[in-house]
Amino acid sequence: MKTLVIFGLLLFSAQYSAFAKSFVYCSEGSPSSFNPQLVTDGTSTNATSATLYNGLVEFESGTTKIIPALATSWEISKDKKTYTFKLRKGVKFHTTKYFTPSREFNSSDVLFSIDRQRITTHPFHSVSGGKYEYFEGMEMGKIIKDVKALDSSTVQITLNTPEAPFLANMAMSFMGILSEEYGAQLSAANKKSDIDNFPIGTGAFVFQSYAKDSAIKYSSHPNFWGKHGNIDKLIFAITPDANVRHQKLKTGECQFVNEPSPADIPEMKKNNQLIVMQDAGLNVGYLSMNVTKKPFDNVLVRQAINHALNKKSYIDAIYLGNATIAKNPLPPTIWSYNDSIKDYEYSPEKARALLAKAGFPNGFETEIWTLPVSRPYNPNGKKMGELMQADLAKVGIKVKLVTFDWPTYLKKAGLGDQQMLQMGWTGDNGDPDNFLNTLLGCGAVASGSNYAKWCDKKFNQLVTDAKSTPDMKKRTMLYKEAQKVFKEQAPWVTLAHSTVFKAMAKNIKGYKVDPLGHDNFTLVNVE
Amino acid sequence: MKFFLKKFLDLIPTLLGISLICFFMIRLIPGDPVLNLVGERGVDPTRYLEMKKSLGLDLPIIEQFWHFLKAALQGNLGTSIVSNNSVWAEFMERFPATVELGMVGLFFATLIGIPLGIYAAIKRNSFFDYFLMSTSLVGYSMPIFWWGLILILIFSVKLGLTPVSGRIDLTFDIPLFSGLYLIDTLQVSVIKAEGFKPFWSAISHLILPATALGTIPLAVIARMTRSSMLEVLGEDYIRTARAKGIKKSRIISIHALRNALIPIVTTLALLFGSIITGAILTETIFSWPGIGKWIVQSITARDYPVIQGGVLIISFIIIMTNIFVDIIYYFLNPKMRN
Repeated sequence: MKTLVIFGLLLFSAQYSAFAKSFVYCSEGSPSSFNPQLVTDGTSTNATSATLYNGLVEFESGTTKIIPALATSWEISKDKKTYTFKLRKGVKFHTTKYFTPSREFNSSDVLFSIDRQRITTHPFHSVSGGKYEYFEGMEMGKIIKDVKALDSSTVQITLNTPEAPFLANMAMSFMGILSEEYGAQLSAANKKSDIDNFPIGTGAFVFQSYAKDSAIKYSSHPNFWGKHGNIDKLIFAITPDANVRHQKLKTGECQFVNEPSPADIPEMKKNNQLIVMQDAGLNVGYLSMNVTKKPFDNVLVRQAINHALNKKSYIDAIYLGNATIAKNPLPPTIWSYNDSIKDYEYSPEKARALLAKAGFPNGFETEIWTLPVSRPYNPNGKKMGELMQADLAKVGIKVKLVTFDWPTYLKKAGLGDQQMLQMGWTGDNGDPDNFLNTLLGCGAVASGSNYAKWCDKKFNQLVTDAKSTPDMKKRTMLYKEAQKVFKEQAPWVTLAHSTVFKAMAKNIKGYKVDPLGHDNFTLVNVE
Repeated sequence: MKFFLKKFLDLIPTLLGISLICFFMIRLIPGDPVLNLVGERGVDPTRYLEMKKSLGLDLPIIEQFWHFLKAALQGNLGTSIVSNNSVWAEFMERFPATVELGMVGLFFATLIGIPLGIYAAIKRNSFFDYFLMSTSLVGYSMPIFWWGLILILIFSVKLGLTPVSGRIDLTFDIPLFSGLYLIDTLQVSVIKAEGFKPFWSAISHLILPATALGTIPLAVIARMTRSSMLEVLGEDYIRTARAKGIKKSRIISIHALRNALIPIVTTLALLFGSIITGAILTETIFSWPGIGKWIVQSITARDYPVIQGGVLIISFIIIMTNIFVDIIYYFLNPKMRN
């Protein structure tokens, strides 16, 4: 019997080691921090909130549906201003060389995580520079009035005004929960900034090591509270060049690549050792017209330009077919997308007629600022600018192409120096407010993200009303109406929603393309 | 003694001048680190001012320079705007990678370049000579970006001989001691745990990037050696040596090469300076975490402290290399002592 047990144990351990799975992800850059509160870019989000942390609520894998995570349920008060979250019990924080938790997750961790960003006198607020761009950018400081722990497993958040997108904001990466106990340990050791470099979370993976610009290593979290796949060792191999990432995927040096180059997609699709997944990205590329400058203050001119541009040709030449024509400022994957809206068709004749009606029968001279960086919503701004220049020349508009390096471009565009400007947006939380209000609301004119400087009273009323009601039917109706006003007033030419590609080895199962563009390997299995 | 003192005293105004130029030049380029941080989102004016203040960018520029200088003199080069880490720590994390790649690349270039140059000089005007000189011209004008990808395609993808990129197989956990993988993989604890596998992995990862990085220096060294050797071989004392019946191999290796080496050593010192300050293209293609890429990224992000601090350290290294070369000359060439 004894021999049998030993034999059984040996067999089990042999089997276990055979199941030890490594997974190498070729990422495109280094994270700027290991604290999701401090980062806004996708690269850092992938390395932090998607692997190491959980929020109270999260987006369901592959969708923008909000599901319970560290909170099991929540209640919203009648005045829509108080949210009471019931917390999950039995959740364990990571155990590492630098921290061993003595207790499970509770309400003090939630307070610690939110208050660090919210309260300027919080002992951790000014650690690592004290800049909480995402928290401030989503105006969470203004939205939240108070955060209280009712008991160890109940947290109550009070808002200043009813705010329908609040739950979606709560599911975003910067709302990941950090350990209060770990914070206290670091405070005592006078090493507060370690909280942002040596992370402790509740996520499916535990941080092991990081070599800048080279690799990040994680191991699986043995006491993870949720469902997970079979990866034991997760490695981010930082490989900035897209072509090299492709070669590494071919030689098996990595099993998954982020942001494959569109030019490599056909070859990847032909390779039977690889899987290429695609989905409509949660983004929009557009050409904004500065309505505070002549002649773009005239709606007829804006409509004429909408008719003059041949969007189909841009999809073919710039996106190599990997995009769909945009007719609304919202991508079609977001609820309340108004599909009944008719786009301005490509017609130089109509454009000329509208220009003549606006008092410009011979066209005019203007500038287009072309995007200096490659973005998923516009991979090649300069080339697209040239195509636009040719299209507009056909209706008599002489265009000069202008560009600056990225920081200068943003600065000048924020000041409103531009006439026409290429820009785009990738959604943060799948809420229509994140597109319509953030990019086109009157408040966004001052904050700088409304590059058309378009402040339409009717449109602004609709998106503001939609923001303050939690009734989905009503919100949908209001947003659909707002899209109609946008189309009539035409402050932008909506160009494209690009397709997001993910390429991986054949033995990777269970991965779902995230509409928000993040890579999460919690549910992934290596076969 | 006076000579050394003068060299080191020269260091102070040079570094001051470099910091001054770098500090003001980077601020002359349009663009704003705060706006770069917030991206497409934009930021309202109050928040913008708050952020500027927290980064110390709201102070008058002269005052900012004074703060930088005061801190630099105390050995504090500031904190990166993007990562919030100290500039010195960021530099030290990347510098060993640059040194390792640079040294191996230059070693490869010297090891092959000098013998080829000597042989071409001996076989002057032969087919080999013409072939070598035209090939070296091709090598010299090769775009590194293209050459690196071709190397990867042939040796990694088609033949499967070398890894595509990176510094070592990522499944190994090497405790870093010097930051140079060729040394760290030979630590007793590593050998006990993994044998020599990590060491071979480090070598195999170095082959392609060192070849790509060393190609241009190789061409330069080969051409330099050839012309320098030809010059020396035409000297009277070589003819005398031949007339005395000394073996050809001895004439070349002892009499000619020693004198021909002087300009080659100067070239090597210059190449060393440029390689050690970062090989941006090679580092990008082979995902090599060195300082060239670091500086370029910080310029794009307008990460002022990294640019100022990084340039200051690099300048210091180059100046020190030059002082070192001067000192060697001082000992080698008695004329300089007067």
